[in-house]
Amino acid sequence: MNPQILWDLKKLYPELILTAAILCVVVGDLAFPKIRKQVTFLIATLGLLSAFAASIFLFAEPQGSTFFGVLAVDPMAAFFKCFLILTSFLILLAAPKSQEFSRSHMGEFYALLLAATLGMMLLASSIDMLMLYISLEMVSIASYIMVGYLKNDRQSNEASLKYLLFGTIATGTMLYGFTIIYGLTGTTKVAVFRNILTASPAAGQNTLILLVATVFVLAGFGFKTAAVPFHFWCPDVYTGAPTPVTAFLSVGPKAAGFAILIRFFFTGFSNVAGVDHWTTLSFVSWQHLVVVISIITMTLGNIAALRQDNIKRMLAYSSIAHAGYILMGIVVLTVQGLQSVLVYLITYLFMNLGAFLIVIEIYNRTGSFDLKDYRGLYRRSPFLTIAMSVFMLSLMGIPPFAGFFGKLYVFGAAVNRDLAWFAVVGALNSVVAVYYYARVIKTMIIEANEDTSRICIPWSSHLMIWFLLLPTVGMMLFWGLIQQLAVTSTKLFPG
Amino acid sequence: MIGLSHFLIVSAALFSLGIMAVFARKNAVNVLMGVELILNSANLNLVAFSRFSAHNLDGQIFVIFIIVVAAAEAAVGLAIILSMYRIIKSVNLDRADTLKG
Repeated sequence: MNPQILWDLKKLYPELILTAAILCVVVGDLAFPKIRKQVTFLIATLGLLSAFAASIFLFAEPQGSTFFGVLAVDPMAAFFKCFLILTSFLILLAAPKSQEFSRSHMGEFYALLLAATLGMMLLASSIDMLMLYISLEMVSIASYIMVGYLKNDRQSNEASLKYLLFGTIATGTMLYGFTIIYGLTGTTKVAVFRNILTASPAAGQNTLILLVATVFVLAGFGFKTAAVPFHFWCPDVYTGAPTPVTAFLSVGPKAAGFAILIRFFFTGFSNVAGVDHWTTLSFVSWQHLVVVISIITMTLGNIAALRQDNIKRMLAYSSIAHAGYILMGIVVLTVQGLQSVLVYLITYLFMNLGAFLIVIEIYNRTGSFDLKDYRGLYRRSPFLTIAMSVFMLSLMGIPPFAGFFGKLYVFGAAVNRDLAWFAVVGALNSVVAVYYYARVIKTMIIEANEDTSRICIPWSSHLMIWFLLLPTVGMMLFWGLIQQLAVTSTKLFPG
Repeated sequence: MIGLSHFLIVSAALFSLGIMAVFARKNAVNVLMGVELILNSANLNLVAFSRFSAHNLDGQIFVIFIIVVAAAEAAVGLAIILSMYRIIKSVNLDRADTLKG
C-alpha cells in the first residue's frame, strides 16, 4: 500500500470514527432488538463525542492537503468539523424527546444523522470538485430521508419530495457549472484551476462562460445555504419536516454550505492580495453577484417572516434572513469578514437551536406549531417563556445577548472595507426583524389563553435548554476566547 | 469530423430539455427523469472535455462517480414518490399542496 495514504489517514480520524459509528449503529440496531433504542443512541453519542475530540487535535496539524490534494487540512476545516459535530450532537440529544418521533424507529435516524454529519465534515474540507460533489450529495441524500422520516405523515412526505426535487435540480446545475470549469482548465482541483485561470491570458476571453459557470455553481451552494433565489424549498421543508430535523437543517447543512462557499470562492476564484484580504479574479466578479444575493436574501427573508403564523415557518424565513447577514461577511473578502462569519455561526448555533428546542417542548404539550397556541405561555411555564424570549431577543440582535455581537462583527467588517451602505442595509433589515421576533414574545407574555394548565418539562430538557441559554446570555464574558478561536480558524489552506 | 462543439451542443440541449421537463411536468416520476437528463448532460460534457481539451482522465472518473450518485438519488427519489402514492394515491405534484404561505 502507498505509505502516503497511511500517513494521510492520521488526519482523517474524525471521519473514520464517524464511519465506524455509522456501521456500529446499523449493526447494533439489528443485533439487540430488545434494547435497540438505548444501544443505538449510546453508540451515536460516543461516536460523535470521540469524533469531536479527534477534531480538536486537527487545529494543531500543519496546513496541507490529504489524499493527493482532495481534502484540505487547515484550522478552518477543523473549526467547521467541531462546529458541525456539536450541532449534530445537540440534535441527537433533542430528537428522542420529540413527540413526532414517538412511533418511529430511531436507529436508522441516528445512522442517517451521522451520515449527514460525515458528509458535512468532508464538504467543509473538500478542495476538489469531485469530492465536493460527492460530499454535497451525501449530505443531501441523508437529509432527504430525514425530512421524510415520518412515512405516514402527509406533510413530512411532501416536504421531503420538494426538498428532493429542488435539491437534485440545484446540484445538477452546480455539476454542469463544474464541467464548464473543468473544460476550460482541464483540472478538478480548486486551487489548480485558480492558478491556470490567473496565468493564462486566454482565460480572460471566456468571461461570459466563466460567469455562467459561477452562477451555476452558486445555485448548488445557494441551495444548501438557503439563499434567495434558491430558497423556495426552505419554508415548506422546514414546516413539514420533523422539528429536530428542521433544527438540524437550519444550522448544520447551512454552515457546511457557507464553509464550502468560502473555500470554493476564496481558493478558486480569488487571489491573495495582502495579509488580510483577497481580490476576485479580474474577469469573474462573483463578489458583486453575492452582494446582490445577500441583500435580496436578508430583505426577502425578513419581509416574508412578518406575516407567518406558524412558528416553524417564521423561523424558516428568519433563517433565510440570517443567511443574508452571513453572506455579508463573505463578500467583504477580508480576514475580518471571515472571522465575522465564524463568530456569527457560533452565536447562531446556540440561539437558533435553543429556539427550536423550545418549539419541540411546546409541541410535545400542545401538539401545535401555531403561534396562537403560544398565548399565555408565561402563566403556563415561566421558564420556557423567558428562555424563548432570550433566544428571540438574541436572534433580533439586541445587546447584551450573543446575536448582537455576531451582527456587530459582520457589520463592522463591511464598514472597515468601505462598504458602509451595505452595513446600513443590514441594520435596516434587523429593524424589520424586530417586529416578528417581538410578536412571539408579545404573544407569550401579554395575550391570554383559556388553557392555563402548567407545562412541566423533564429535567433533561431543562439541562439542554440551560446549555444553550447560558452561552446566548453570557457569550460576552468569554469574548476573548471566541475571538481567539475565530482568529485561529480563519487560516485557509491556499492550495 | 465530429469535434468538441458537437458534443457541447448536444449536452446543452440535453441540459435545457432536463430543465424544461423539471419545470413543465406535473408527474413526479417525469420530473425525476428530467433530473437524470441534467446529470447526463454534465456527464457528456465531462467525457467530451476529457477527450478533446483536457487530455486527462479526471473527467471520465468524475462521470463514474456521478452515475453512482445519480443511481442513489433516483432510488431515494422513487422511494419518496412511492410513499407519496401510498398516502394520497397520486404522483401528481399539484396534489402536493398542503404546505403553503
